[in-house]
Parts: sequence; C-alpha cells; structure tokens
Amino acid sequence: MTDAALATRSERRTGKVILRWILYLLLGLFALFYLMPLFVMVTTSLKSLEEIRTGDLIALPREITFDAWATAWSGACTGVQCEGMRPYFWNSVLIAVPGVAISTLLGALNGFVVAQWRFRGANIIFSLMLFGCFIPFQVVLLPMARMLGLMGVAGTIPGLIFVHVIYGLGFTTLFFRNYYVSIPSELTKAAKVDGAGFFRIFWSIFLPLSLPIIVVTVIWQFTQIWNDFLFGVSFSQAGTQPVTVALNNIVNSTTGVKEYNVDMAAAIIAALPTLLVYVVAGKYFIRGLTAGSVKG
Amino acid sequence: MTKWLEENTPKLVLAPSFIAVLVFVYGFIGWTAWVSLTRSRLMPRYEIEGLIQYDRLFASPRWDTALNNLFIFGALFIVIAMVLGLVLAILLDQNIRTEGALRTIYLYPMALSMIVTGTAWKWILNPGLGIEKTVQGWGFETFEFDWLVDPDMAIYTIVLAAIWQSSGFVMALFLAGLRSVDGEIIKAAQVDGIPTWRVYTAIILPSMAPIFLSAFIVLSHLAIKSFDLVIALTGGGPGYATDLPATYMYAMAFSRGDIGQAASSAMVMMMVVFAIVVPYLYSELRTRDD
Repeated sequence: MTDAALATRSERRTGKVILRWILYLLLGLFALFYLMPLFVMVTTSLKSLEEIRTGDLIALPREITFDAWATAWSGACTGVQCEGMRPYFWNSVLIAVPGVAISTLLGALNGFVVAQWRFRGANIIFSLMLFGCFIPFQVVLLPMARMLGLMGVAGTIPGLIFVHVIYGLGFTTLFFRNYYVSIPSELTKAAKVDGAGFFRIFWSIFLPLSLPIIVVTVIWQFTQIWNDFLFGVSFSQAGTQPVTVALNNIVNSTTGVKEYNVDMAAAIIAALPTLLVYVVAGKYFIRGLTAGSVKG
Repeated sequence: MTKWLEENTPKLVLAPSFIAVLVFVYGFIGWTAWVSLTRSRLMPRYEIEGLIQYDRLFASPRWDTALNNLFIFGALFIVIAMVLGLVLAILLDQNIRTEGALRTIYLYPMALSMIVTGTAWKWILNPGLGIEKTVQGWGFETFEFDWLVDPDMAIYTIVLAAIWQSSGFVMALFLAGLRSVDGEIIKAAQVDGIPTWRVYTAIILPSMAPIFLSAFIVLSHLAIKSFDLVIALTGGGPGYATDLPATYMYAMAFSRGDIGQAASSAMVMMMVVFAIVVPYLYSELRTRDD
C-alpha cells in the first residue's frame, strides 16, 4: 500500500472518530434536556426557601434538608385543608388498585370472547368498543356527572373506580384480544371436544398463558388511572380527590408564602409510583405504549 | 337450559361490557349532542332549539382563542415531537454503546402525569426564579425569558412542556420501526457502497410510513385532549391566552354553569378527533379482516 493511500485511510478514520464524538455529544445534550426538569425538581425539593430565593435553579443544594418533603407529605395545604399529600396518595391507591384489577379481568374475558369465540356481530362489538377508546372524554363528562349522581356514587371513590373501569375497557379488551388472536383456535376447539366449558378453558388454559399481556395491561391501566386528572377533578370532592388533583391544589393554592420546595417534593411524591413502575418494568411499559397506539 | 347457557356463555360474558359501552360511550355522546342543541344553562333542558349554542360558540372570542391555540399548539407539538423523535431514533440506531440508558432517559417523562410535568415546567419557567434568573446570574443581566406570563408567548411554553413529555414516546415508536426494517436490504445497500444517509432517505424511512401515520394519530389525539398540562402550567392564563377547547369546555361545564356551551364545545372536539381517527381505524380494521 502506498503512503498516500495509508494517509487517506487514516484521514477517513479520524473523520469517523470525530463523527462518533459529535454523535455522542448530541445524544448527551438531549439526555441533559430530558433530565433537567427531574434534576431541578429533586434539588429544589432539598433546598430551603432562603436558598431558593438567593441561589439559582440548577445549583446543587448547599445544605440538604428534608423539611419540604415532610411538609409535602403531611402538612401542605390544598385550599383549606392542610394534611399534605398523604390522604390523597391513599385515595389514588384505593382508586387504582381495584380499578386496574377489575378492568384487566374484564378485558381478559372480553378479549377471550372476541378472539376465540367468534360469533356473528363479535367484530362489530369489538369495533364499537375500540372507537370508544378514542373519544375525547369531554364529551361524556356532563352525562357522567349526572349518572354518578343518579347511582348515588357522585364524589365517592367507588364512583371514580367505576368511571375508570368503564373507560379503560376498550384498551384492556384490545390488549387481550390482540394477544389471544395469535393463539391457535384449535386449542379452544380441542378443549371443547374434551368437554371443557367456557370458564374452564379460560381459567385453565388461557389465563396461565397470559402473564406477559397481563403485565402490560396492568402497567398501562395503572399509569392511566394514577396519572388521571380530568376524571379526578370532575368527579371527586374534598375528601376523595386523587393525588394529581391534590398536587394541583397545593401548587395553585394562593394563601401564604409560595413554597416552591414543597411544590417540588409534592410533585415527586405524585410521580413516584409510576416512575417506579417504569424503572422496574420499563420494557413492558414501552410495549403497552406502543401496543396502545400501533395495535399489535 | 344448561345447554343454552353453555352455548351462550361467551355472549353473556361480553354483554355487560357491550351494554356499558353502548350506554356510557354512545348513549352519552347522544345525550351531549342533544343538550348541545338546547338552551341549557345551569341545568340541562331538553327542548331542542337548533344550533344556537354553536352560533354562540363560534361568536365567542374566548372559543376563537381556544381554537387558534389548538392549531398553533397542535401543529408545533406534532411536527416538532415527530422530528425530534425521529432524530433521536436515528441517532440511537447507530450502534450506541449506552443505548439502553439513553432510551430510558428520553422516555421517562411519558411515565409522569401531565400535572407533574406542568408543575415542574411552571417552576423552571418562573420568570422571577427560574431559567431567567439563572442565566442573569451567569452575567447576562439583560436576559429575559418570561413567556409563561406573556399572553402572546405563553402558548409556546405549553408546546415546550408537551414536547418534553411526549417526544420520547415518538422515539420509541420510530426506533421499533427502524429495527423492523429488513436487515438484508440495508446490508445489500451498504455493500453497494450507498452512503448511510441515502439508505435512510431512500429505503428505511419510506418503509416506515405506517409508523409516521400512527405517531401522527396518537399525537394529534393527545393535542386535542390536552387539558391537564394547561391547567397545571398556566391555568389557561394569562387571562385566557392559553385556553384550549378542553379547558374551555371544562370552564363552561363546571365553573360558568353553561351546560349548553360545554356540550357544544365538547361536540366540536369530538368531531375533530373523529375526522382524524375514524378513517385511520377504518382502514386498520379493514386490512385486519383481509
């Protein structure tokens, strides 16, 4: 090989190395953009008010204090009440746990029917349910408020669970339907020939096969219900508000000195459960997101 | 009797959900449509009066602002989130050693509630203490960044926060799409000495058209429904400069006691969503059956 050829080759290699550096630099800058709000939230929540006023946004706390966290958890005021996020956090748990469980179970049963027991009209029913996922919920807010009143559950936690189950059905059915469609229907037919009934086939054959899709559906529903604000703010009252509504009330309450550190601690408390789910089961979280949008 | 029961169990299992959807989705849409044609104020009335609520709606300057904001916000949010998501996906597709960690970082905002996102950005954009003060502290004393309280600019802070929240999701969609392109074709192109950027523009991206469409549908759906973020970030203000149809509807329904207006604005929102989603779902379901 001639010297000239060697030179161009090494030139090309340096070019590649530089490109690589630019690539990593860009990716790093984007990472900073996405991390910045989380960083600011955490550091602000650990600063004293005094330090917030004198220091700047992206400085690390000089003295770490957990006072804001304590206040956010059990002392911050949402309007007239000053009990912090704690009672609302438990409200959200009380809403999310049954809401997720019921809508997932119903979704599994529905998906099983639509995918494995095709009867005339099953596809139309499924399409109608699917369209229901895409309505802007504003269009059902007013009649739902009246309906909850008629049912005697207006402003209660069971009322909110009911709402979440109803409007979660479309997606949970979709998840299970797409999963069960890929299971050969010969399995169901053979079990039927052997004399197994509907619930027997569901319980002993399909449910044990469903773990991956159950995980995806539970994560999807949990994130949806935990992060919901519209239903929470429309259908709850003082004692039954979920954590998102409480956070908004704390941040926008106008009484007294604005405690930014408490606001940030409260925001992290509201975000912690879903963040935790994301960190622990991110793979399934992403699968749920993409399945909910691209379908299958 | 038991035989009938056995044969009809699947239908009976599906029936409650089906009835619930009929009543709580389609029945409720019907109810709202009906009320939007009446003179309902604080309480619903059921005498149909025609399109008066829609006339009032489109004559209202506040609704005008809300619709304008939806177009500004929707267009910017969708375009920027898609471009950013695509760029991130392509960058991550170059055999990056720390891909897993970076993906996690880009996507975590999607796990947060819009209320949390709004709260965080409200603090960062706070003109007195946030970015403005920090940059001034670095010595740029004339630096100004008060979009949050500027009626002409506040809507762009919502765009910014919404992009931060959702672009990672678009990245995940596109990344999955890039990975599903047939590797053999790409290898063949590389053997032929075709430069990487040509491989992307001529082979990979065109084959991802369905994913572009999905991302567009999801993002436009998000944009039209956007409510929480506005409430947490600007509260619709200053004045009603950052109102969107969703916040307009909520204000009419729950603080103004104007149910007729709330219903008609909700119907307009629904028509916009359906104009986008129905053709998409229709084509998806049809290709599925084939």
